[in-house]
Amino acid sequence: MPFDGHIRSDQATHAQIPAGVDDPTLRESATFPRSVIHEIQRAAATGIYDIRGWGAKRKVPHFDDLLFLGASMSRYPLEGYRERCDTDITLGTRHASKPVHLDIPVTIAGMSFGALSAQAKEALGRGASAAGTSTTTGDGGMTAEERGQSSTLVYQYLPSRYGMNPVDLRKADAIEVVLGQGAKPGGGGMLLGQKISDRVAQMRTLPKGIDQRSACRHPDWTGPDDLTIKILELREITGWEKPVYVKVGATRTYYDVKLAVKAGADVVVVDGMQGGTAATQDVFIEHVGIPTLAAIPQAVQALQEMDMHRKVQLVVSGGIRSGADVAKAMALGADAVAIGTAALIALGDNDPRYEQEYRALGSAAGFYDDFQDGRDPAGISTQDPELARRLDPEAAGRRLANYLHVLTMEAQTIARACGKSHLTHLEPDDLVALTMEAAAMARVPLAGTDWIPGRAGREM
Amino acid sequence: MPEQAYAPEDLTPDGYARTTPSQVIDVRETGLRETNRILQESDGTGRYLLTEPRGAHALAVGLDHPDEIVIDGPTGYYTAGMNDGAHVTVNGNVGVGVAENMMSGTVRVTGSASQSAGATAHGGLLVISGDAGARCGISMKGVDIVVGGSIGHMSCFMGQAGRLVVLGDAGDALGDSLYEVHIYVRGRVESLGADCVEKEMRPEHHTELGELLDRAGVTGVTTGEFRRYGSARTLYSFDVDNASAY
Repeated sequence: MPFDGHIRSDQATHAQIPAGVDDPTLRESATFPRSVIHEIQRAAATGIYDIRGWGAKRKVPHFDDLLFLGASMSRYPLEGYRERCDTDITLGTRHASKPVHLDIPVTIAGMSFGALSAQAKEALGRGASAAGTSTTTGDGGMTAEERGQSSTLVYQYLPSRYGMNPVDLRKADAIEVVLGQGAKPGGGGMLLGQKISDRVAQMRTLPKGIDQRSACRHPDWTGPDDLTIKILELREITGWEKPVYVKVGATRTYYDVKLAVKAGADVVVVDGMQGGTAATQDVFIEHVGIPTLAAIPQAVQALQEMDMHRKVQLVVSGGIRSGADVAKAMALGADAVAIGTAALIALGDNDPRYEQEYRALGSAAGFYDDFQDGRDPAGISTQDPELARRLDPEAAGRRLANYLHVLTMEAQTIARACGKSHLTHLEPDDLVALTMEAAAMARVPLAGTDWIPGRAGREM
Repeated sequence: MPEQAYAPEDLTPDGYARTTPSQVIDVRETGLRETNRILQESDGTGRYLLTEPRGAHALAVGLDHPDEIVIDGPTGYYTAGMNDGAHVTVNGNVGVGVAENMMSGTVRVTGSASQSAGATAHGGLLVISGDAGARCGISMKGVDIVVGGSIGHMSCFMGQAGRLVVLGDAGDALGDSLYEVHIYVRGRVESLGADCVEKEMRPEHHTELGELLDRAGVTGVTTGEFRRYGSARTLYSFDVDNASAY
């Protein structure tokens, strides 16, 4: 794309590679590669930071850097197609009289109506229900579509409190108090004007078409002691029936988890920096927060020190893609995981059949992240009725259910190989790391050694 | 307890002929859970007098029937939280977040309120006879709030809808990042927040304010003594030239 000084910000991050880049006499700078040069040019032309969806795109230590130690002589594997490996979990056993029981440990993370179309929310509900798991509202209230289609629905309690009301609160199966998310710990919601339709505006009590920058702090408490009282209030309003989750973006995870437990959480949700968003500044997504891999052992340590591991359940999200990721998160001590980005892809996000339309938006199938623009060809991250109609909630829901089943079967495959009759029986001893960074973060030994960076070696 | 403790019979929430309570609940003896359960399961015709609240948090929360509740003494955080139709009077001071996220009904406080009074409330009427602390009416979404005294800093921050009436003064940064709330202040405003401006009191605003003062039971003041504040709406759509305003 020729640089004319008037490029649109949404196209600017997807400039085409100019001719001549294969010329061996040209040397690209490691410090100023083309992408960096392009971003400087884009910033200079527009005077505004880049806003986009998705999570961190930079490479960070992740589950790919871990491997399982299958059973052989010293451990006893289970027969793949004959012996049971259970997958069900219960969330909220600490205080709630009606804990949430799920068939699989893969839940759907909170995503708002507003960020997503009503059809997409319905599809998430359908897929989750078919697979026996929960879905979650987002920063925009509860829609009839998702409540109707979700057998288990978690209602998020967010700083903005858009659409918050006691009727929906009582309709929920669990309440998730959101303090932050992995894509932007310390940041509030963002929904730009093009996605504020009549219905979204009405649900949020906002004028139609304005750029909405939601609060990042809750309006009626300031710290963990206050949060304790807030959780008490939510329990009193709902008769102590519903589990109360506390969700944090992964940063000072060890301390945050301890404080969440102290405040009375039944479930702690930790979202790593690879966790997605519908719209946030790129600088925020890429430079704030810690990788999911680094957060899990901190959370588990906090729970263990309080004798609350498995009593307060830990849900981990941020970059879960496969059954191997599910199994690795659980082996490190999570009770369940949540998926967001992967669930949208399963619905049809970034589908190659819309390649031409992604190209027309200055992107390509597999790269599209301008969720804030509301022009999603797949009809998912949009409020445009024409685009949203493209997503068939039933078919998309089936795709999500298929994907959830695959995640579960893959995790079971690994668990059986490790000799485990339940996914929650996976343990850190089943894991080794491929890199020193991953070994240090995940606190498992470097493969072929007994070395966990920062710890003394153990006897073999 | 404030020095001037009112007897419950002296309090007259709008439209209600005050009679003696049909049930007296000693909060200390009954306990929070049982007290709230009794109130939540009431059929809408109850008249409850709650004694010995002793600063209890989350008292009279989640009520969704038009019962009358008088709390005789000071309460803690989130009194009458998420109220949806009940008429609650606190004969004393209240802590943080009184009537937070109220949907409908009435909450009256004879004393003063701490921070975040009426936070995110969608409807109903909140009347505070004394002062209210910082962030009064933060993110309000349709509630009407009338404060007899003064309010603290950052009040009506990101206020989305509803009306805020203050007979006394307002602290710093009133109405910062305001959406569509109508703010009326009789006294001095320490400073206005980003995008909040003084606006003309047109006839319809005198009418609106007069009705609010009547509903709140305020007498002895005229609407002409108030100034009106609202959103300049310049921050509704992000413009890089406004970046310094945030």
